[in-house]
Amino acid sequence: MSDVRSALAGASFEGIARVAEAGLRGMISFRGDLSASKVKSALKAVSGVEMPGQRGCVVNGARGLAWMSPDEALVMVPHAEAEDAVSQLNKALKGQHFMAENVSDARAVFTVSGRHAREVIAKLAPVDMAGFGPGEIRRTRIAQVAAAFWMDEADALTVVCFRSGAEYMFGTLKMAAQPGSEVGVY
Amino acid sequence: MLILECPYCGVKGEETEFHAGGEAHLKRFGPGSSDADFETYLFMRENPKGVHLERWRHANGCGKWFHAARCTMTLEVFGTYSAQTYEPPQEIKDILTAKRPGWSWRNFK
Repeated sequence: MSDVRSALAGASFEGIARVAEAGLRGMISFRGDLSASKVKSALKAVSGVEMPGQRGCVVNGARGLAWMSPDEALVMVPHAEAEDAVSQLNKALKGQHFMAENVSDARAVFTVSGRHAREVIAKLAPVDMAGFGPGEIRRTRIAQVAAAFWMDEADALTVVCFRSGAEYMFGTLKMAAQPGSEVGVY
Repeated sequence: MLILECPYCGVKGEETEFHAGGEAHLKRFGPGSSDADFETYLFMRENPKGVHLERWRHANGCGKWFHAARCTMTLEVFGTYSAQTYEPPQEIKDILTAKRPGWSWRNFK
């Protein structure tokens, strides 16, 4: 197999929060009837976690599940296992109406951590960050590109965007996290 | 600035997260229809001062299309509802009647 690289090779920046490219992450875009018990158990089998409800996100290490829309879920697995996970889903749900696609290499993942992490995101996304907490995923935009993020713990967020926008995302997050730019809202 | 609530993911977001999709509840007249019907379907749109029903898409979010009832004059959003319907649900009609007595929009009132 070719030498797989993440978009920005783990670049990082230290400002009012630490912004870092998080490297490769296995991601599978799943579409289907999320309320069907077969679908629920198949998703649990590959991700190791229960399917969360509306706007929920459960992440356990490299594995996790996120609710993306009423008929879409994001399955997270270690990067090397993504292909196997797709075939496992295809096998478990044979004959059902669904779609599972490995989108790992179409994505870039960033972590924003530190006391002002919440503020960095609040500057860029049209989201009320005061009411945002762990266990929730928000699909929205960050400045001008589509993105999704969730909170791992109070001071640490994970941001996912398209790989083609990785450079822009890193630059934007860096600017929002530049030293001396604290607003002090949170 | 409009504040819309997506009925699919429950997110209350501002306008830039959504994309306007034109007038709601249009009936398509395609091949085989009369020229007059086709012309009406293609070109004739409401341009009301007040209550308006529109289609919106949660473009930077869950990606779903939905319907919104709003006022073109005050930019007040009366409510949003599912895309899988040919007419506004009763609760939206009730809100419109309460806030804009005597409202009408095409053949709804």
